[in-house]
Amino acid sequence: MSKDVKVFALSTCIHCKHCKEFLDERGQEYECVYVDKLTGDERKQVIDEIKKVNPSLSFPTVIVNGKVIVGFDKAEIVQALEE
Amino acid sequence: MDAKQLFNMLGPIQAKKGYQFNPDASMTMDLMEMLLVNKERYGHMACPCRLASGNYEMDRDIICPCAYREPDVAEYGSCFCGLYVDQRWIDGSIPHKVVPERRPPEKVLAGLGLE
Repeated sequence: MSKDVKVFALSTCIHCKHCKEFLDERGQEYECVYVDKLTGDERKQVIDEIKKVNPSLSFPTVIVNGKVIVGFDKAEIVQALEE
Repeated sequence: MDAKQLFNMLGPIQAKKGYQFNPDASMTMDLMEMLLVNKERYGHMACPCRLASGNYEMDRDIICPCAYREPDVAEYGSCFCGLYVDQRWIDGSIPHKVVPERRPPEKVLAGLGLE
């Protein structure tokens, strides 16, 4: 069953870059949102969305089928992808 | 200034303070590039792994080296973005864990005017 994966990231964040590379290597599709590239209301809405699932507002924030992984935690991401 | 020049400038300064760059050269150079991107974008070298506001005063605690480097390296052997590490991290005597964000989220929101 395909997984719904979303990555909230910053375009300058190395961990976000490595996380995306890791998902690419696995052939895992995902939606990536570069929050630092957003402005105005759009940025505010996305920050509100992140705050709900990751109150520390850190990056990357990865959501796999609703499961939230804070930071590029490879083991947690793999576990969520393989559940 | 380019990434190599920044690397050469910062290295000795930070080594005197007891901080070493991540031995993963490509990661370190990527981070040098990103510090320069933020310098260009915000006027100061905000941490590449944090959402900066662009306001110097509001971002002061996350201007690299950030205010959280010392406690993070002491606890995890690495700073939040992974640029600065200690010897334990390099020789593997401390596990390489994801460093959790120490910065209070209120500071992130205040900087963005979203309290």
